[in-house]
Amino acid sequence: MVKPFLRQSPLAHLHLEARRPLGDGLPEAGIHVAERPHRSQIAVRGQATDPAFLQGIEKALGISLPTEACTASGKPGDLQVLWMGPDEWLVVGGPDNAALIISKLTTALVDLQVALVDVSESRTVIELSGKQARVVLDKGCSIDLHPRSFGPGQVVNTLLGRGHVLLHQTDHEPASGSSAYDIYVHRSYAEYLWSWIEDAAREYGLAMRS
Amino acid sequence: MLLIPCPYCGEREETEFHHGGEAHIERPQDPDALSDAEWANYIFMRTNPKGLFHERWVHAAGCRRWFNMARNTATNAIIGTYKIGEKPPKGAR
Repeated sequence: MVKPFLRQSPLAHLHLEARRPLGDGLPEAGIHVAERPHRSQIAVRGQATDPAFLQGIEKALGISLPTEACTASGKPGDLQVLWMGPDEWLVVGGPDNAALIISKLTTALVDLQVALVDVSESRTVIELSGKQARVVLDKGCSIDLHPRSFGPGQVVNTLLGRGHVLLHQTDHEPASGSSAYDIYVHRSYAEYLWSWIEDAAREYGLAMRS
Repeated sequence: MLLIPCPYCGEREETEFHHGGEAHIERPQDPDALSDAEWANYIFMRTNPKGLFHERWVHAAGCRRWFNMARNTATNAIIGTYKIGEKPPKGAR
């Protein structure tokens, strides 16, 4: 595990904190964007058909395992479990929680054949929201993100601007048409994706979120 | 561009996948008993049919699972996809 005082966001050299506007920024901006670095991420592998595994996860985390493809459970901003594959999930929590989550899972799944790996520093999270968030993603993503087929709580591993991302829709307001997404990107692709988003969002106005 | 129905994730664009060659090639039970020609046949020789073909694919940018696909090599029509260990769908045997 990386020591907290040594770790660095893959976007640290862009000094995003210096770009933050005063107050709420641009209210008319179609896109609001922020980096949420250092989220705890634990890759979990196990058998979804094993009731002991499902119960163990629920006991340890207080949320159930999403067994339906491309879905997530838990509350955005809090502890969440994202579906990665038929026998693979990603447990996501706030910064510096990985060791605690792993110890809880280890205790609950002690006799089962599972794999738990701390992959917290492998990805950073770019939070994208606003009225035009979906339109910006549509420019580089082949998934149909229209509300009729994609909504909050859904998560897909896919390509965005030809780079591999884990795309999780966290919110949608039908009245305003505003959506929010968490984009998990591998750290070596983070700067590329950030500049891709800045470029794709130019025509709608891009505001930094604190 | 093909739209490939991943048996786990549903229909996705071809760019998310990688092709893995012919499917259903069984490793010989007793490799030591094979002649060089038979071993070379197992390792290198693949069919190259015009028409129905069973092949392996991996959903590399998605769930990262391997699966099988029955495809018509002449028209690119996908007859069906099925999980590893399963039998091809009807109409693709």
